[in-house]
Amino acid sequence: MTTSHDESGVPQPHPPVDPEELERLPMEERAKIAAEIDGVRIVHRRERFPVPGTKAERRAERAVAACFLLTFLGAVAFTLAYVLIPWQYDPSDSAYTWFTPVLGVTMALALVGFGLAAVLWAKWLIPEEESVQERHEGRSPELDRRTTAATLVDGIAITGLPRRSLLQRTLGLSVLALGVVAVVPLGGLIKKPRDDLFRTGWRDGVRLMTSDRRLVRPGDLQAGAIATVFPATQDGLTTQVVADSVVLLIRLRPGQTARARPGQEDYGWQDYLAYSKICTHAGCPASLYEQQTGRLLCPCHQSQFDLLQDATPVFGPAARPLPKLAITVDDEGYFVARGDFPEPIGPSFWERP
Amino acid sequence: MTTPTTANRAEKLADWADSRLTIAAPTRRLLNKVFPDHWSFMMGEIALYSFIILLLTGTYLTFFFDPSMTEVPYDGSYSLLRGVEMSRAYDTTLNLSFDVRGGLLMRQIHHWAALLFVAAMTVHMLRIFFTGAFRKPREINWLLGVTLLTLGILEGFTGYSLPDDLLSGTGLRIAHAIMLSIPVVGTWIAYAIFGAEFPGTEIIPRFYIVHVLLIPGIILALIAVHVGLVVKQKHTQFPGPGRTEHNVIGERMYPLYGAKAGGFFMLVFAVLALLGGLFQINPVWLYGPYNPAQVSAGTQPDWYMGFLDGSIRLFPAWELRFWNYTISPILWPTVILPGIMFTLLALYPFIEARLIKDRASHNLLQRPRDVPVRTSLGAMALTFYLVLLISGGNDIIANKFDISLNAMTWWGRLSLIVLPPLAYLITYRLCLGAEQHDREVLEHGVETGIIKRLPSGEFIEVHQPLGPVDEHGHGELEYAGSPVPKKMNRLTSAGRRVRGFLAPVQDPTEVQDRSDTERALEEQVESGERRELAGRPRDPEL
Repeated sequence: MTTSHDESGVPQPHPPVDPEELERLPMEERAKIAAEIDGVRIVHRRERFPVPGTKAERRAERAVAACFLLTFLGAVAFTLAYVLIPWQYDPSDSAYTWFTPVLGVTMALALVGFGLAAVLWAKWLIPEEESVQERHEGRSPELDRRTTAATLVDGIAITGLPRRSLLQRTLGLSVLALGVVAVVPLGGLIKKPRDDLFRTGWRDGVRLMTSDRRLVRPGDLQAGAIATVFPATQDGLTTQVVADSVVLLIRLRPGQTARARPGQEDYGWQDYLAYSKICTHAGCPASLYEQQTGRLLCPCHQSQFDLLQDATPVFGPAARPLPKLAITVDDEGYFVARGDFPEPIGPSFWERP
Repeated sequence: MTTPTTANRAEKLADWADSRLTIAAPTRRLLNKVFPDHWSFMMGEIALYSFIILLLTGTYLTFFFDPSMTEVPYDGSYSLLRGVEMSRAYDTTLNLSFDVRGGLLMRQIHHWAALLFVAAMTVHMLRIFFTGAFRKPREINWLLGVTLLTLGILEGFTGYSLPDDLLSGTGLRIAHAIMLSIPVVGTWIAYAIFGAEFPGTEIIPRFYIVHVLLIPGIILALIAVHVGLVVKQKHTQFPGPGRTEHNVIGERMYPLYGAKAGGFFMLVFAVLALLGGLFQINPVWLYGPYNPAQVSAGTQPDWYMGFLDGSIRLFPAWELRFWNYTISPILWPTVILPGIMFTLLALYPFIEARLIKDRASHNLLQRPRDVPVRTSLGAMALTFYLVLLISGGNDIIANKFDISLNAMTWWGRLSLIVLPPLAYLITYRLCLGAEQHDREVLEHGVETGIIKRLPSGEFIEVHQPLGPVDEHGHGELEYAGSPVPKKMNRLTSAGRRVRGFLAPVQDPTEVQDRSDTERALEEQVESGERRELAGRPRDPEL
């Protein structure tokens, strides 16, 4: 690159520099020429300390050196802390709680020292400079554009593609086919959504149990209390089953009555009701029960369901009531389900009727 | 000072490399590259540096983390959870925090760096937007930036989902619900990604490989192109003395800019080390392993997901049912709305250029006040986003400030509609006011604070003109797109700033030094160097 641009952007030939001659110039001049070859003019360069060896300069140098020392000390402290401070969790002795903070602080000291040293060196000791670099942008020179176009067009032309329509079509077809080959293996990911979207772990006769596998009987709950229950099956507490089968068992307070949908009037048992705990909005477990009003709040997005009104959403973003589980008490006096939920639990999806 | 031997050795090494690679010229070009300086240009740097720190700390974490959903009983040092059944992913995260020496520090630096990464990208994007740096010829880089931001958010979400704790599992469940909400193919997508009905046993291993290989690989490649384009197209600069559309004024990369940037990387790393050491983040052992039957009150995602959490909380329960099909109410706030937001964001440069018929290339940045419509649109979009973000934590706000939760929801719903247009109007007025004041100072000069009594008895304030004045005493300088000095000490007329931190610096060499600078400046002005103050006379060429 032997041209540079003046301010109007007109290329100016750069004075040819003889490498031998360059060697005889002072280093600063050489660097200036080097910059000019790259279209950079150093318009302003000023020593931070024009008179070398002043007190101020020595002070600046010492400050930078102090920063480097800080890095050294920080690194030593970091290593010592890593080796010496007790680090393992110990509920009886809180000494380990110092480990991570001391490690972080000493590491930060080591890094800060180096960072500050570099920045201060640049700001205090390296000569201040202002350089102007010309931009070369916009379209390429006309010759470059036309020759590139010629190369491209000629290349296509000599393959004969424009006139060989048979090859055009078969090439297109094969590219498409290769694309298909690339995509088809992703089919391994695809699984047909199955009935399990509509089904949970509840069946007719499955008992209700708590998270410590205790079966639930009427009388276990105080009036106005709630309990989180699961199907009392072998896998009833696995994440997979819990994710769609978790149920909230509620005992109403005396005097409270709950409205039910037509056809579900007998789903409860005396003053007990069982609803899916999975919020119909986004699937979080709706867990906060307000005994006085009979309202259930989902803490994720604040949907509120009125359990006395068929668990209808009364505020927030949920659109559907919580599905109700039909329950009764079996011969041995334990709560059992009378079948699965009458509708899919949890958030809505396309195929949901 | 380098001794002759080291100089010789360096020369030999350089010759070794150049005789094989012929890289003397490209190396010199790179070293001589000029970077303009402005504090706001550091945002992108912070994003880049936090990404590097993410790669370093993340690699460390992979040595100890096992992304498996196999259930195991915990038997590590944290006694409170001993014997509890949990996935290997959660188990190994606990081990990282309690049984790997220094593991907790690395985990916490990683998490803080992730938060900073997305935050820095966001602020960097705002800087680009409000200064018009996205205009031709930089639209491609804007698109790359929007892609990087989106990928950064996805990377963050897949990352904090990995520990399989109660909080992240709840987040996954919501993500599952969002997938289900997509019409027609929603259940198919959910099954393809989770491999079964929620939660299955595939999601954590799959998110892991997406988090440690797929997305970081793409991000790395895109960052390379993004930065490469900045190098190729050269950095934009604010208007100022001598700065034109055809040059870039600043410091050369080597050694000045390079030293500052390298030091700045260390400083960013230091801040993250401090955060990681002192400020607890994502203490998964307090949340417990994921259990679909449990949830903690006040569940909050990482900040960059907050706007989605806000929109899903605020949106009304609009569920559509027809024939035998359902459209979920969460489709609108979590798929359609972000889709529109990010599409508008990506297309903005093209929309603006089309609307104002601007086909020119721009290398000089604009001050936000000089483009009131864009600035106001930006303020409007930002307000919309902030209302969503605040609503993402509306339960916390309701709790801490003892406000009704339902009132917070309604505040969010109404604010989403009312506040953005209001923000537009206010910003527009502010821009016009600021512009007007610039013009006023250029015409009448800077208020000096000196009150003069005229012979007629009238009191006036003396104004200091910024440049030559016409016969009416009005300034002849035209606005040039750069800050107009508005205080006397900006004109160095109200005394000089006294140097020194604790004691004034009175070193004679320093004083000497300053007068040297001033003389040099005067010489440059006399010799016709284009180093005008802001508000320079309009360049006849432009």
